[in-house]
Amino acid sequence: MTAINPAQPNRAKPAPDRTILLVLFFVITSVLLLASHNQNVLNGSLGGVLRNPILEAVVVSLFLANVLFAYLWRAAPWARALVGIGSLLLVLPMAGREDTSLLDLSIQIMIFSALALGLNIVVGLAGLLDLGYVAFFAVGAYTWGIFASPRFTELLKYANENPGAAGGPTLLLGVLTLLAGLCLYVLLQRRQFNTRAAWIITVALSAALFAWFWIGRGIFTLGEQRWSPTVLWLIFVPLVIYLVSLVVKQQRGREVRSDLLGVSRMLSAVGGVVGLMLVIRSINLFLSARAAGLASGIDPNFFWLFLALSIMAAAIVGVLIGLPVLKLKGDYLAIITLGLGEVIRVLANNLDLYTAGSQGITPIKSAAVPWFNSLAGLLGFSEDQYYLLFLYVLVLVVVGIILLVNVRLDRSRIGRAWIAIRDDEVAAQAMGVPLVQTKLIAFATGASFAGVMGMIFAAKQTFISPESFNLFQSIGVLSMVILGGMGSFPGVILGATVVTLLNLRILPGLGEATANIPWIPQQVNPGQLQRLVFGVILVTIMLLRPEGLLPNKRRVLELHHDENQEDDSAQGNAGALGTGQSLGNTGDVYSPGKAPIKENDRSGGAK
Amino acid sequence: MDLATLLPFLVNVIVGGLVLGFVFAFFALVYTMVYGVLQLINFAHSEVFVTGAVVGFEVFRILAPNPMNGYLKLLIALLSAMVISGGLNVLIERLAYRPLRNAPKLVPLITAIGVSLILQDVLRVIEGFQGRFDLTYTLPDAFGVKFCAEGSSCVGVGNFLRTIGVDLQVKDVILIVVALISLTVLNYVVNRTRLGKAIRAVAQDRVTAGLMGIDSNLMISATFLIGGALGGISGVLYGMKVGTLNAYSGFEPGLVAFTAAVLGGIGSIPGAVLGGLLIGVIQKLVSVMSVLGDLVGSKNLATIDDSYSKMGAFVVLVLILIFKPTGLLGKSNTEKV
Repeated sequence: MTAINPAQPNRAKPAPDRTILLVLFFVITSVLLLASHNQNVLNGSLGGVLRNPILEAVVVSLFLANVLFAYLWRAAPWARALVGIGSLLLVLPMAGREDTSLLDLSIQIMIFSALALGLNIVVGLAGLLDLGYVAFFAVGAYTWGIFASPRFTELLKYANENPGAAGGPTLLLGVLTLLAGLCLYVLLQRRQFNTRAAWIITVALSAALFAWFWIGRGIFTLGEQRWSPTVLWLIFVPLVIYLVSLVVKQQRGREVRSDLLGVSRMLSAVGGVVGLMLVIRSINLFLSARAAGLASGIDPNFFWLFLALSIMAAAIVGVLIGLPVLKLKGDYLAIITLGLGEVIRVLANNLDLYTAGSQGITPIKSAAVPWFNSLAGLLGFSEDQYYLLFLYVLVLVVVGIILLVNVRLDRSRIGRAWIAIRDDEVAAQAMGVPLVQTKLIAFATGASFAGVMGMIFAAKQTFISPESFNLFQSIGVLSMVILGGMGSFPGVILGATVVTLLNLRILPGLGEATANIPWIPQQVNPGQLQRLVFGVILVTIMLLRPEGLLPNKRRVLELHHDENQEDDSAQGNAGALGTGQSLGNTGDVYSPGKAPIKENDRSGGAK
Repeated sequence: MDLATLLPFLVNVIVGGLVLGFVFAFFALVYTMVYGVLQLINFAHSEVFVTGAVVGFEVFRILAPNPMNGYLKLLIALLSAMVISGGLNVLIERLAYRPLRNAPKLVPLITAIGVSLILQDVLRVIEGFQGRFDLTYTLPDAFGVKFCAEGSSCVGVGNFLRTIGVDLQVKDVILIVVALISLTVLNYVVNRTRLGKAIRAVAQDRVTAGLMGIDSNLMISATFLIGGALGGISGVLYGMKVGTLNAYSGFEPGLVAFTAAVLGGIGSIPGAVLGGLLIGVIQKLVSVMSVLGDLVGSKNLATIDDSYSKMGAFVVLVLILIFKPTGLLGKSNTEKV
């Protein structure tokens, strides 16, 4: 580009070296933070001022800005490393020793950063607007919550009282159903069936599932209720009606293959889910004899295993949700993910046996790490703080890994494919990007980050209920991604930090500060204005700075396409036509390079 | 299973569902109209709807001590809700959507969500300053009584309904009548007037409509005005129907109504009405499933309680989008490259 038009790029001057400023800022904010959380100082003469909740929020925000500046400013590498590592690993835990709410806040910030990074893959990179993202968070949280709490004993007791069938056959049947369902599901994705084969698969699947349920009714209980014929008929009569309608459609000469594939895909998914439930049930049966020994859930050392399991569970749910909906796009996709997210929440609310309904599951255990505890003891932490410190370090490590995975993915073949799909689905497909597969990977990757953080969240809160996973949380995470800048990793972390700080510190601080002002009634507490804040963030960012606070470079060029379009088409055509310079400079609206872009922008297309 | 008890029960469910369905139909209509002209899901519409409901609440509250005729109060409530909601909707379009007309499709969708969140809290704060959160409608007494109660003289339809054992309140009848009148007027405006023709032209192709001398921005504003006014009406009707609401209660009916619009085929006005009525009946049916289960004697049905009724709408939405994304009456739309 520079060769054609040397005057065009106004290369920015290198930023001034700010090493001294950075270190100075680090020292000042660290001292402020430590002082404002030190009991001795708080009890001293300055205590009254430092206790002010608004001031406290400002100090914490300024301190966290350290890390941001270490990333943004040009400074000596040692200074940046010092500030980054020093503030996260040294000063923050030290301040947290005095005030655990600080550690709590940092953990929350990092949990939301990981969520935002995950959603960023789905929305920012792959361009699939997912409004039900928090469902994956819930899956992770419940994966651990059900097993590591007294709820597990309830489950075992129930299995003991309602054995249905012996553990062995149930396990066998469950594994078989699960495998068969999964294999068929994958097979059906390949889509090379003709209509006749699609018919055979659909009818065979329906018959198999019907027979399965019919034989299994009364023997294999899936949930609290045994399967009764009524339910069977309620499911299968509409199915048969639908199939008959397809026969009629086919008689009229219409193509029904894709409908058939849709049905059979759904049926095989049902098979897979039922298989999974049976496997879990048989495990329950095997363990039910030991219910008394597991009174408060399984051994906390399983935490590490479940860390992997929760990733897998969330990814599988991501794929299961993704497969049927991914042929939709744009706003339809947004609505359907929103709907499915709510369905998962309502299910969590109603499956009392597994999730204790709206009461929530508590207490949830977490990992026991003796050596870490002794280390924390040496560092002067009191015993009740070990656990938070451990989670803090764990979350820090997990966020680090997630960030690394993100950066590597972004530069990989898959990352490029996501961006290609986001920018133009049809073109990407034409270039040989497998659409469904690539979108599914995006869904599963994003979901897995949420899954692992959900599990850590459950362990940290020791309490989860369906209300922690409502739609509002999804929108909160979305606003983090948008505030920071879609597609930009440092951006979304910044967004998550800012939004979490607003939610957990600044707004409650304001609420506390205004609590005693008589003309503000309790109903108008600023501490509860999260929706307003999220809304304002979403609207203003989209209107004024759609690329976000810390934008991704590629994204900026794309979003400010209109302003640069004259130059753009000039350059674009310069390569292709060789006469670009004159064409672009005349600002010809009928320039061939320009017309399709306008057309695309208006109709929206794949975006 | 006794047919003599089951039949009136089912009839009542269907009638009750239809009454609810009319509210959803309105709501869905507006989604469909806006989608028609802008290809945008106006998430903020559910808050425009709640604004209408809040205005209706205020009017009924302020006029409660006034001895004037209840129907006059209703008229005032409807008119003021129409004006305020319509104006609000135009304002939203002007501020949040128009600057983004040429942006990628996701961008206005996100601002729509943002506007919706802002309005929720603004409404809550406005009512909160008077110390209220849950708003309970104070309706004129005449609205709460049973339609065609025993002993009163009824003719025609009322008599027929009473004979087959339909249980309706006066406010339900008002709801149906207002809904039918507004739908007729809307149908006239969209299909028979110059304005309607222009709106349809803009919906079909904005650029070509512009070449024909139609001010597309004006027409889009007009669509939002009409949509907001309809939202105001449906808000008041919904408030009368459910009795109590708050600033956040627009979201759920909004989603249900969107489902209705998709069910009917988004972009199709008769489809939206059909979808709304169907969804109303489905939701009512799910919510009484436990009672039905007791009547039929099925334990499984009896465990499906009211909380599943919301899920019913979602499940319908998911199934429709998977199997027939164009909806019942919608036209398929192939993407041009």
